[in-house]
Amino acid sequence: MIELTINGTRHRIDGDPAEPLLYVLRDDLGLYAAKFGCGLGQCGSCTVLVDGKPAQSCITPIAALEDRVVMTIEGLGSARTPGPVQQAFIDEQAAQCGYCIPGMIARAEALLRADPRPSEAAMRDAMRPSLCRCGTHMRILRAVRRAAVAMGGGIVDPAEPVS
Amino acid sequence: MSGVARRDLLRGGGLVVLFALAGTGVGQEGGTSGGGEGTGAPPEVAPELPGSLAEFPHLDAWIRIAPDGAATVFTGKAELGQGIGMALLQIAADELDLPLERVSLVTADTARTPDEGITSGSQSLQNSGTAIANAAANVRYLLAERAAQLFRVAAQTLTTTNGIVRARDGRQASYGELAASLSLHVEARPDVRRKRVDARDHIGRDRPRRDIPPKLTGAAAYVQDMRMPGMLHARVIRGPAEGTRLTAPDFDAIARLPGIAQVVRVGDFAAMLGPREWPLVQAMLAVGRVPWARDDTPLPQGDLREAIRNLPTEPEVILARDAVTLPAVRRITARYDRPYLMHGAIGPSCAVALWKDGAMTVWTHSQGVYPLRSALAELLDLPLERIRCIHREGAGCYGHNGADDVAADAALAARAVPGRPVKLTWTREQEHGWEPLGPAMVTELSAALDANGHIAEWTHAVWSNTHSTRPSQAGDLLAGLEVGRGFAPSPPRAIPQPNGGGDRNAIPLYTLPRATITNMFVPQMPVRVSALRGLGAHMNVFAIESMIDELAMAAGGDPVAFRLRHLSDPRAIAVIRTLADRFGWARQKSERWRGQGFAFARYKNSGAYCAVAIDLRVEPETGKTTVLRADAAVDAGETVSPDGLRNQIEGGIVQSISWTAHEEVRFDTARRTAFDWSSYPILRFDAAPQRMAVHVIDRPGQPFLGAGEASQGPAAAAFANALARATRQRLRSMPLNAERIRIALDGFGTR
Ligand code: FES
Ligand code: FES
Repeated sequence: MIELTINGTRHRIDGDPAEPLLYVLRDDLGLYAAKFGCGLGQCGSCTVLVDGKPAQSCITPIAALEDRVVMTIEGLGSARTPGPVQQAFIDEQAAQCGYCIPGMIARAEALLRADPRPSEAAMRDAMRPSLCRCGTHMRILRAVRRAAVAMGGGIVDPAEPVS
Repeated sequence: MSGVARRDLLRGGGLVVLFALAGTGVGQEGGTSGGGEGTGAPPEVAPELPGSLAEFPHLDAWIRIAPDGAATVFTGKAELGQGIGMALLQIAADELDLPLERVSLVTADTARTPDEGITSGSQSLQNSGTAIANAAANVRYLLAERAAQLFRVAAQTLTTTNGIVRARDGRQASYGELAASLSLHVEARPDVRRKRVDARDHIGRDRPRRDIPPKLTGAAAYVQDMRMPGMLHARVIRGPAEGTRLTAPDFDAIARLPGIAQVVRVGDFAAMLGPREWPLVQAMLAVGRVPWARDDTPLPQGDLREAIRNLPTEPEVILARDAVTLPAVRRITARYDRPYLMHGAIGPSCAVALWKDGAMTVWTHSQGVYPLRSALAELLDLPLERIRCIHREGAGCYGHNGADDVAADAALAARAVPGRPVKLTWTREQEHGWEPLGPAMVTELSAALDANGHIAEWTHAVWSNTHSTRPSQAGDLLAGLEVGRGFAPSPPRAIPQPNGGGDRNAIPLYTLPRATITNMFVPQMPVRVSALRGLGAHMNVFAIESMIDELAMAAGGDPVAFRLRHLSDPRAIAVIRTLADRFGWARQKSERWRGQGFAFARYKNSGAYCAVAIDLRVEPETGKTTVLRADAAVDAGETVSPDGLRNQIEGGIVQSISWTAHEEVRFDTARRTAFDWSSYPILRFDAAPQRMAVHVIDRPGQPFLGAGEASQGPAAAAFANALARATRQRLRSMPLNAERIRIALDGFGTR
């Protein structure tokens, strides 16, 4: 029996402690934002926040998450009341297929919590573990810049003007 | 026109106009052959009607009006992340004169929507958008005509606004009321005019996509997110890569693994099922240890591009011009090529299937639900009516990836467990290992200048396998080859011009009085290949636009001016001028290790016009490139959604830089050796351009021109041209990656 705190709710999981969080989220808890992309820690589509830091849920066993605070992007807002990072992605229409975007949002959230005023290079570096096949990169970066401003910070040296 | 009508027009309400003898609405080429990737839609039955109305002329195939006046629009095309859903809604809302929120959309579903073949070739707006626009205009006209009968006035005196038909005397009727006594099962008339351009509310304006907020907040948006009562998860068991098979799998041992409910076997096809996913993931590790073999002849050693170049061909001259020109004074001959590329969807292929009461339902991210249904019918030995394929979104796939194969896998697995839905997901390694690849290609060009610096001669030959093995029969599916019923793949075929496959965009838009262009179709396929976004356009435009720059340099002129000198199409000229102006082309100065490149093409010579300019810097010690800026100009005819169009062009540029500068599928003699993102790296954020701008040239009232695949070719060539200016070395063999750049620079002693 493992106790997990996810988006502020405690869950008791009666399963294999080695099971990665991703499958628990999707199979048991009906939380679909984190996506399966590779299961290998290479693509970032399963990214969630653990104690505010980005974590690839496909390779994070639930046993490692007791006493940790797990946040998925369901915890950041809803379609009706999106969180600031989600709102910035909506404002920039930063999605094509959108499959990678929940992971991107989680990563951006973690970045801006840790550093509300990152440099352009630090922003790109923070987003680097997440892959996007649709080439939505420019819009994703615009959304992160916009979110940084909306959250009271900003990008120190933005490569493009921020809306 | 009365004052009332004029005011309504200004508000966006439309006067109902019928031109009995005037031309059609917006004419478009008919035919929905899926971008020429074969296995297209049914034949035209009403060729006088535009877009896919030619195949499905009845209005109720496209639009239905509910009693409350809300409209449902049906398209045979699929939302692939290209934003087609919102664009079609904008078109329908405008032409119907309904508020956007009262229009909803049903996409590709064999039980509900018209058979529009495959969603490919940047044809969704051209075919489906045109059909829906004209169907909606017809429906609005019929509603008004019905009101005219009721009011005993002439239809031409009525106006429509927000779902209400109004007479001049103030009488009005809602669409819902009118539709109740109206059959829409009538053929569209070609003489119903679409709304005037200045009366449109949505076309040409940015409307936020409806699918984005749910996708960003965790709604079940993809086939991968589907969950149904009693659903089982499944994994398919096969060798590590295309061309291989497991030699002696112990299925009984696999079935005994914890969490495995059942192993389904049909011939050599095998899948394992279980209630939860994690035990299946672990069981796949055991499957990964099973010995495997390659039965086919070994793959040729070394670069497979050479193998393709040397295989037997079925040459076809697709352009031969031999006007008399001034004598050639300077000739350049060059070979340009590209390796095999992967679609590499971020989410592996997945499908849900349900076998119930003797009928199979499959939820799939296939780009062609109708041809898939045909293939499944043969595989499952069922009549077509007993199979329903419903499109659900997957991760962006950009061509024929594992979507159809996994649908067959899921259907076979589901057949063993009647009444229980089965969700079968490929592993990342299976996706990389089994998806049909984008074909490797070789082009050989030779061009000559006359004494005036004009192109006097041009030859282009392109070697390539087919660019579509999209399934239409059981043997086109991986599972079809495993079930042991003697199914064989359809014979490979070239996709004829004007769309072209390997030779797509091999014919330049430039003025070439003497030219020979040959499609060297290579039927024999060393590895499994199929459609990848843009088909041959990526390679051919790369080659043509690189050669144009080489010629411009030889002629001692500016490459943009050189292009303009060889063009007569005013829209091509406008796109190039716009970009040159906005990019500040004339002001750019190449410094050492920094250069700018320009390229242009009109996709398929019938789609959108697109020019791309790139400014990049090279680090000579490492060969690493940084794209400082990538800009584009695009003319996609009438623009439905400017932001949606920019999204497509931006994405195409970034994706193309990834293909062109970063990607290559490698092989040993038994199989491909790209299994995951470490053995097949793609562009990450550090390599994305520093900044990008897309300039849209809108052409209101003109036909829609497909744009989803317009920027890949120009972006590839603009990158190569910028690199050539930055390094003074011309690289002609993709990928133009750091390693190759460093070798090229080393070779010339520039360090
Ligand atoms: S799915 Fe977790 S990193 Fe790819
Ligand atoms: S938007 Fe499709 S993978 Fe990123």
